[in-house]
Amino acid sequence: MEALVAIAIGVLTAAGLYLMLRARTFPVLLGLTLLSYAVNLFLFASGRLVVASAPLTDQGLERYPDPVPQALVLTAIVIGFGMTALLVVVALRALRETGSDHVDGGQR
Amino acid sequence: MLPLLLPLATGSLLLLTSRFAEGVRRAIGFAATLALLPIALLLMSQVADGSHVVYALGEWQPPFGIVLVADRLSALMLLLTAIVALASQVYAGDGQDTAGPQFQALFQFQLLGINGAFLTGDLFNLFVFFEVLLIAFYTLLLHGLGPQRVGAAVHVVVLNLIGSALFLFAVGTLYGVTGTLNLADLARVIPQLDADAAPLARSGALLLLGVFALKAALLPLGFWLPRSYAAAFGATAALFAVLTKVGVYAILRVFPLAFGPEAGELAGVASPWVLPAALATLAFGALGVLAARALREAAGWLVVYSVGTLLVAIGLFSEAGYAAAVYYTAHSTLVSAALFLLADVVARQRRAGGDRLDVVDSMPQAGLLGSLFFVAAVAMAGLPPLTGFVGKIMILDAARDSGLAVVTWSVLLVAALVVIVALARAGSALFWRIADESSAHPVRPRVPLRVLAPIGLLLASVVAMVAWGGSVTAYAWSTAAQLARPSAYVEAVLGTAADDRRSLR
Amino acid sequence: MLLPLAILIPLAGAWLPAVLSRTLGIDPARTTAAMVAVALAIVLSQSGMVLEGGTLVQSWPWMPALGLNASFRLDGFGLLFALLILVIGLLVVVYARYYLSPDDSQERFFGLLLLFMGAMLGIVLSENLLLLATFWELTSLSSFLLIGFWRHEPEARRGARLALMVTGAGGLALLAGVLLLGHVVGSYELTQVLASGAQIKAHPLYELILVLVLLGAFTKSAQFPFHFWLPHAMAAPTPVSAYLHSATMVKAGIFLLGRLFPALAGTEIWFFVVSGVGLTTQLFASYVALFRHDLKGLLAYSTVSHLGLITLLFGLGTPLGEIAAVFHIINHAVFKASLFMAAGIVDHETGTRDMRRLSGLARFMPWTAALATIAAGAMAGVPLLNGFLSKEMFFAESFQVQWLGSWYWLMPVAATLSGIFTVAYSTRFVHDVFFGPPPQGLPKTPHEPPRWMKVPVEVLVALCLLVGLMPAITIDPLLRAAATAVLQAPLPEFSLKLWHGFNLPLLMSVVAFAGGVLVYFARRYHFDLHGYQARRVDGRALSEIAVARTVRGARWLVERVANGSLQRYVLLLVLAALVLGLTGARGLVLSGPVAMTPPDALAVLLTVALVLTAIAVTVLHARRLLAVVLIGVVGLVVSLAFVRFSAPDLALTQLLVEIVTVILLLLAMYFLPAETPQDSTALRRGRDALIAVAGGGAVAALAWALLTRPLDTIAWYYLENAKPAGGGYNVVNVILVDFRGFDTLGEITVLGIAAVGIVALLQGLKLDAPGVDQAGRPWAAERYPLMLRVLSRPLLPLALLVSAYLFLRGHNAPGGGFIAGLVTGTAIILQYVAYGSEWARERLPWSYSNVIAVGLLVATLTGIASWVFDAPFLTSTFGYVDWPVVGQFELASAMAFDLGIYLAVVGVVLVIIGRLGGLSGPGSRAAGPRGDQ
Repeated sequence: MEALVAIAIGVLTAAGLYLMLRARTFPVLLGLTLLSYAVNLFLFASGRLVVASAPLTDQGLERYPDPVPQALVLTAIVIGFGMTALLVVVALRALRETGSDHVDGGQR
Repeated sequence: MLPLLLPLATGSLLLLTSRFAEGVRRAIGFAATLALLPIALLLMSQVADGSHVVYALGEWQPPFGIVLVADRLSALMLLLTAIVALASQVYAGDGQDTAGPQFQALFQFQLLGINGAFLTGDLFNLFVFFEVLLIAFYTLLLHGLGPQRVGAAVHVVVLNLIGSALFLFAVGTLYGVTGTLNLADLARVIPQLDADAAPLARSGALLLLGVFALKAALLPLGFWLPRSYAAAFGATAALFAVLTKVGVYAILRVFPLAFGPEAGELAGVASPWVLPAALATLAFGALGVLAARALREAAGWLVVYSVGTLLVAIGLFSEAGYAAAVYYTAHSTLVSAALFLLADVVARQRRAGGDRLDVVDSMPQAGLLGSLFFVAAVAMAGLPPLTGFVGKIMILDAARDSGLAVVTWSVLLVAALVVIVALARAGSALFWRIADESSAHPVRPRVPLRVLAPIGLLLASVVAMVAWGGSVTAYAWSTAAQLARPSAYVEAVLGTAADDRRSLR
Repeated sequence: MLLPLAILIPLAGAWLPAVLSRTLGIDPARTTAAMVAVALAIVLSQSGMVLEGGTLVQSWPWMPALGLNASFRLDGFGLLFALLILVIGLLVVVYARYYLSPDDSQERFFGLLLLFMGAMLGIVLSENLLLLATFWELTSLSSFLLIGFWRHEPEARRGARLALMVTGAGGLALLAGVLLLGHVVGSYELTQVLASGAQIKAHPLYELILVLVLLGAFTKSAQFPFHFWLPHAMAAPTPVSAYLHSATMVKAGIFLLGRLFPALAGTEIWFFVVSGVGLTTQLFASYVALFRHDLKGLLAYSTVSHLGLITLLFGLGTPLGEIAAVFHIINHAVFKASLFMAAGIVDHETGTRDMRRLSGLARFMPWTAALATIAAGAMAGVPLLNGFLSKEMFFAESFQVQWLGSWYWLMPVAATLSGIFTVAYSTRFVHDVFFGPPPQGLPKTPHEPPRWMKVPVEVLVALCLLVGLMPAITIDPLLRAAATAVLQAPLPEFSLKLWHGFNLPLLMSVVAFAGGVLVYFARRYHFDLHGYQARRVDGRALSEIAVARTVRGARWLVERVANGSLQRYVLLLVLAALVLGLTGARGLVLSGPVAMTPPDALAVLLTVALVLTAIAVTVLHARRLLAVVLIGVVGLVVSLAFVRFSAPDLALTQLLVEIVTVILLLLAMYFLPAETPQDSTALRRGRDALIAVAGGGAVAALAWALLTRPLDTIAWYYLENAKPAGGGYNVVNVILVDFRGFDTLGEITVLGIAAVGIVALLQGLKLDAPGVDQAGRPWAAERYPLMLRVLSRPLLPLALLVSAYLFLRGHNAPGGGFIAGLVTGTAIILQYVAYGSEWARERLPWSYSNVIAVGLLVATLTGIASWVFDAPFLTSTFGYVDWPVVGQFELASAMAFDLGIYLAVVGVVLVIIGRLGGLSGPGSRAAGPRGDQ
């Protein structure tokens, strides 16, 4: 299990980084999305993995997952969403202002 | 608590009242910003005796709940923020705040983010406030739109989003090793880490350093700064002068506390990195000032330059270094803010050419603006009798016993000379090479008081920092003492309660 | 308290002349003169005990942490300089009053002059070395402003910048030297420093300190090779040249040599460096002076050479040499100031300073001519004038050199030689200007200047005569006091007499005179001195080229490195993170002790799917629609992973956010140019891929290392207290709205700001929507698909119900404000898609940003409410209520907070999607193919 998660995180990160290194805003957006998936998984994994359980204390489970990273990830997801939305609009605006979807505007 | 609630409430209120007259909204915003000043002073007086003010949100005892902690350093940062914010708010009142919607609200949110970062005692909460101040920063940077601003925003947003990702990686790693988020608790746990876990924690710590360096515009991560600051409105750029200091503050807060001399395996994890990078930043910043073709650009590079100088002091990781850093932080924040405002005024006053560093045409009140610029330049270039000089002496003094003393001294002094030359060129180009002012073309309106007053306020506080240099330097030293002995901080936050840590399993 | 006053009056009162003249219309010159007089009175009032050899020290702590104290010192040496500064200053003020033309701003001039005067007094009256360094730089600054006084003249600007650069550099060196000195001595107070000379000279840092201090002194006093700035400083108004650049400021370096004499002097290196530099400067400058055609140019180089002489005298390190130096400081200040003023008069009355055009002025201004001649005589060292005495002392001293061994004769010869040049250029100064045939074609017809312009010259010349005739009475006490203060020891026997009998010095003087006159006239006749052109290269040209080069270099570098390419910055950031992370993890054992939980087929399958889709996105990102779909898949798998690893709330959130994100991406894709041009080379893509893989690998390794290690966290506390203290079974939700509610508050603030920013960004933003997609297939013309219409109408209330349910149970089961908000939001968005933004806006009239604001306020106020029970912000409380349908559930104050979240989220989703959706505006979808945009 752990190995799989680690691999998944790694692949997502790599894909995200590669796309963020592109010169057009759209791939950068994709890269950002992938990267945030990776980050969320990583942050989540920092609380270790617990299968077939839930942080619900009324279930009388014998082993609970660490709820803290879950809360953190939730916050992170939300913030990430806000940021992505802003970036999308900034990209659109940039297209309008500079007439290009190059990350450096029209210059090069 | 108030330094956070006030801007938050005001900001939301201002969002609601978007249909009100601009004057009213200005008044509300101004009142809120003004109120931060006495609050900061009050807090400062509370912590002046070296005590820590700890505020456990929701009454959850740390390390489980989020705590706000105020010590000498954070109180000082709050005060600086309040002063600069006041100045730039008044300045913005001269029309720049109506160039786009919701300026006043965003301004308040920006303050919320900054103050939060200065007060929080929790790593993840620090992340949250970073995001708050960043997104406010983006939107304020975009305020008024236009190609330069939007283009700069694309860069800033993308870079800082990666920065945030790094931050989360770092947080995850540290939590995954220490199982806690509270800074004081980190400081308590990290020394107890076994050799097996230490490398992980170190890796996390260094990632954190990278994030803070990006915020502080430490090279090679700081190239984005000059262009974007130059693109922003004068008023906002002045406020941004505080933003870089947030990164500096974060380094100064987290590393001596959690990775200081007591941190066992991780003691002094940052020291091999900060000083060299800082020296490079300092040198490159000076060159940037020399290379600048316009005053705003120069001001942007001056920020880089001063951040470099500042981190040289921090990079020494010694008490003397901290003291110098604290003093220089105050100095550079105020002066760079003043410079951004001045550059903006100049750009407005000169009919053609804006703030380009070449002769164009007459500039009304060249004498007045010239003398203001002279004061700011003297302070920035580290010439006596102003703050830059004092700060430089403190840093040189602190660096004398370090291993890299010779290099540090030479770089500092040569860079200072470069900046002197650059500013002399800039000043004489802007304020001396002007056609005689009685020339034919219609003269521009005189600069209104509400534009000059903020600059006056900033420069006045710079002068005050020298006139009362005795007590200011004393405060810097006592702050440094506090930073150098983090045990008091840990005590104040955790008391002795939180030692009953039971395993999850 | 008196000493600092003498400094403060001019320094702090610099603005007074301007103000008084604007308000009361008082002549700035008068105000200035009055202030100088007061300062002078103060100094004189203290002079009594000083002349008896006492030292007055007054000290106040300023920045004790730095060792920088406001401590002042008045001893003989300081008194001497203070008198020079104030007396000559007074005369200069009078002179300048008549020299300046009406359209020069007298207010500015006298203000700056006072500023300088204060700074200069500060140097000579400082007891604290750091304070001295402070005033030192201040003089550089004020001289910068004074040289640039005629700011419209490029010469003035260039001269000013040059002076600032050279003296500024020296100042930095001096600062460094002083800091080290203070480090060695353990204090910056002169008294201690002067007392610990032996200790300093024995210290390993001595050489370094000496070099640094000397750099400061030499740049300030224009010693070779730093002399070049001084001649160009002559672009300043003549009073400034007379005052700063001959009488006072340039003497600051000399003053420093004298001040630190006991601390640094007397070693071999001191002798060779100081006297060597002095000698070179003196010879070189006196030779060059001969070939200057500009009166002020000649005087400038003569100044340089006399400063060289004084430096040389200090360099000898002998008591008598030091006495001669102090004496010559006085004499030079007096006669050189008068000469400059005379030159100024000539310039003022004739309109030129070029000695090739001037001649025979004695006819027109006999009195000025007489004065100038006497002063020049003093400069040349004619008997009965003050210059003669100090020169004789110098000649006598030139035999007392101990270090040169068999080269002892070098010094006297050099001395005589420079004497010859001095006489020669003095002769030229007098003869070219005042004698010979009447001048031709001058800009103005010369005549005597106004009365008060001459008075200062008269006073100074009178001084030359008085000192020259009866030194014993006039100057002796001051000289002794000063010399003692420098030496910090009893003086050797010496007497100021006109006649020492026939001796070598006298012979040398005679030789000098004969030679000098000979050289001048001989040159005059053998080849045309006037035809001589100064060599092109000079210090300024070189240094300006240097600066220009540096600037160009800096531009080149900065624009190469900080080239404004985001890709480069991102690359740097990623690399930096990689390096930091990896070096941090050195010595890491990859896998820890904890055993893996056994993987199951499903998990493997999902992971494979995830990996494949992620890679697919990377490879196919140019095919945008596909990429978006794939991203959706990835998100789906991630949320499944959350389900699998027992994080239901996360899964729900991830799923919903996923939906909204995909909508966003679709919109972006819809408006952004459809094709992704290939702008990076294969090589570059390879490099990026490499880095990306490295990054991914590092992160994977990190994750693996973490996952395989045991962890002891603070989680138990939340699990235990969620129900009893937080009132909810859903620990995650309780953490979000209670334990760490503050995070959540910040989080929804972020959302709110994002929404505001988006609204701002969308203002007036109209993008032409492409009519067709990449493949050229037209977008559906039908604006609102029927199916959706039919479905979405009943969907809305259902969705609202669901979200209400999710909201209420949130505290105990997966759900909560945020998730509920997302559900509501997306449901409403669906209406948009179905009916179009106009339709929806009619039915949802209120402003969304208000919804957000209300949400934020509700959350904030909930927090504040807890103050009523004077508990900290966000303290929660809860009670139970019975509720139909949902059953017994508790109502926590955290719920109100959660409600705030709910509102904020709904508002945000509406703003973001709603506004973006309305972007292209009605009808624009029918816009033609991309071609005709």
